[in-house]
Amino acid sequence: MLDGALGIWTVVVFVFLYLPIGVLVAYSFNSSKLNILWESFTLDWYVQLWSNAPILRTLKNSLIVATGTTAVSVVIGTTGAWLLHRYRYKFSRSLQTLICIPMMMPEIVMGISLLIFFTAVSLPLGYVSVMIAHVTFCFPFVLVAVQARLQGLDPALEEAALDLGATPLKAFWLVIVPCLRPAILSGGLMAFTLSMDELIISYFTTSPASATLPLKVFGMAKVGLNPMLNALSAVFIVTTIILVLFSEYLRRLGTRPAQAA
Amino acid sequence: MIAPAQPMIDIRSVTKRFGDFTAVNDVSLAIGPAEFITLLGPSGCGKTTLLRMLSGFEHPDQGDIRIDGADVTHLAPYRRNVNQVFQSYALFPHLSVWDNIAFGLRMQKVPAEEQRRRIEEVIDLVALRGFEKRKPTQLSGGQRQRVALARAIVPRPSVLLLDEPLSALDAKLRHQMQLELKRLQKHLGMTFVFVTHDQEEALTMSDRIAVFNQGRLEQLGTAADIYHRPRTAFVADFIGEANLVDAELLQRNGNVGRVRLKGGLEIIVPLDQWPEGHAKAVVSIRPEKVHVSKQPIKAENVFSARVEEEVFQGALDRLTLVTDAGTRLHAIVANESALLEAIHEGDQVWCGLHMDDLVIVAAD
Repeated sequence: MLDGALGIWTVVVFVFLYLPIGVLVAYSFNSSKLNILWESFTLDWYVQLWSNAPILRTLKNSLIVATGTTAVSVVIGTTGAWLLHRYRYKFSRSLQTLICIPMMMPEIVMGISLLIFFTAVSLPLGYVSVMIAHVTFCFPFVLVAVQARLQGLDPALEEAALDLGATPLKAFWLVIVPCLRPAILSGGLMAFTLSMDELIISYFTTSPASATLPLKVFGMAKVGLNPMLNALSAVFIVTTIILVLFSEYLRRLGTRPAQAA
Repeated sequence: MIAPAQPMIDIRSVTKRFGDFTAVNDVSLAIGPAEFITLLGPSGCGKTTLLRMLSGFEHPDQGDIRIDGADVTHLAPYRRNVNQVFQSYALFPHLSVWDNIAFGLRMQKVPAEEQRRRIEEVIDLVALRGFEKRKPTQLSGGQRQRVALARAIVPRPSVLLLDEPLSALDAKLRHQMQLELKRLQKHLGMTFVFVTHDQEEALTMSDRIAVFNQGRLEQLGTAADIYHRPRTAFVADFIGEANLVDAELLQRNGNVGRVRLKGGLEIIVPLDQWPEGHAKAVVSIRPEKVHVSKQPIKAENVFSARVEEEVFQGALDRLTLVTDAGTRLHAIVANESALLEAIHEGDQVWCGLHMDDLVIVAAD
């Protein structure tokens, strides 16, 4: 009886979650310009996509923004996690909460507040502003992933490095960072994916020249649905799934008992 | 007792507090060059905190520490010529055995050729030849222990600190490593400071033992000193076994006196350690120093007793005796021969206590 209920629940959830995506991917191979009718198989939309200069330009922007965001998030997230773990500050707990709030803050609020901020400090909108905006909500993911890994790390590892003559900075770089590598990679992939997919915050904090791919897609969709968008979405979905699976794999690698050996 | 003229480590009136808790309370201790000293005590006695102040992971609130003549009281761990073997070994999991051992030399920027020579040498010394390329996870507990040891001695520190390094090994390997450590220490001529809660380990390896209790240095001396001449009830009880019996002084006759033990037995004891001006103290009687026989015995103190309980333990027989006067004592008798006058529960026996085997300790 309960088994049956669970079965139905699973089917319903999966249909709602994945059927639309499945349909979308299927229609990206449809030769008809309409999304309702199936005519015949084609790769035309993918070819068109590949030769669409504006799309490629925004894709390039997205990659630049995501790469920059990831690099900065990894540095800030990892050092932040280490400092919070290693040193007891008076306000560690409140700081932790403050850092994690952007992960759940409505994007529209983040977008508007960042826009006001950038205007106030007269920072022109462009690559820099959109990257700063992305870092604010991406680095907490790196921080949280690294913190989880640090929990299982033998505190004597750092002491052993110091004992053997490494300065705190060298101990961090030569011993702690290598031990954290799976968590850093996993958090970094997470940051990259989030930055690639982000729409609303980018909408407020970028300029037309530095517009990212999701903005372009959103703009195209407003005019009318085009099977080329299906093809683009399919590419996006597959890339995202691969990145998420890989990041999950790394995370698991990392939560294996991090023994001091 | 060895009183080093030029101590390698000089700990002077060191106190360390964590909040309201005093972990180390006014401890002074001088450790000689090439000495193997053990800091012994139950968990929370302050021995590990003292060790961490020697390695530089903690700093004293009061007092100062000198190592090799230099004041290191507030020196960072990476600036002192002291290395530690950690309880968890703390081998770097991403580095091979070779790279783990090389770490300290690289930090010191030792030339590559000399690095290679010294690592080869230490690998032979700890018998790790053939394991150089392995990662720590591919080693057994005993091998990891050797890597940790090699890594700590290869930079040639003036002092090696060992924080319960044998506690993760099984009993047989532990005994073997105890002897190997002692041999290694003699070979290197290095000062070893070993922390343990295992009294047997302390007795096996140390030149001197420092017994700690509740943050204080309770007694310092050679293994034999500590064992035969415990100064407090805590030391008597913590090292080996002891009957700790309350005693009341009845009659003083120079250096010896007659006391009445709790229960009623009256014996003669040496009074040189009797606390001045006190009518009561504690007599420590090692169970193996209670001579038991079915025949009359010659000793300063002879009395008869009944065997209340007997526990056979192979080489040893443990007896609980109740003297005619009513004092209860534990005794350990070697089982020399199964045929030779076996002693059993309910037997009436003669007991003898030599005055030299009796130690007066202060009542807690």
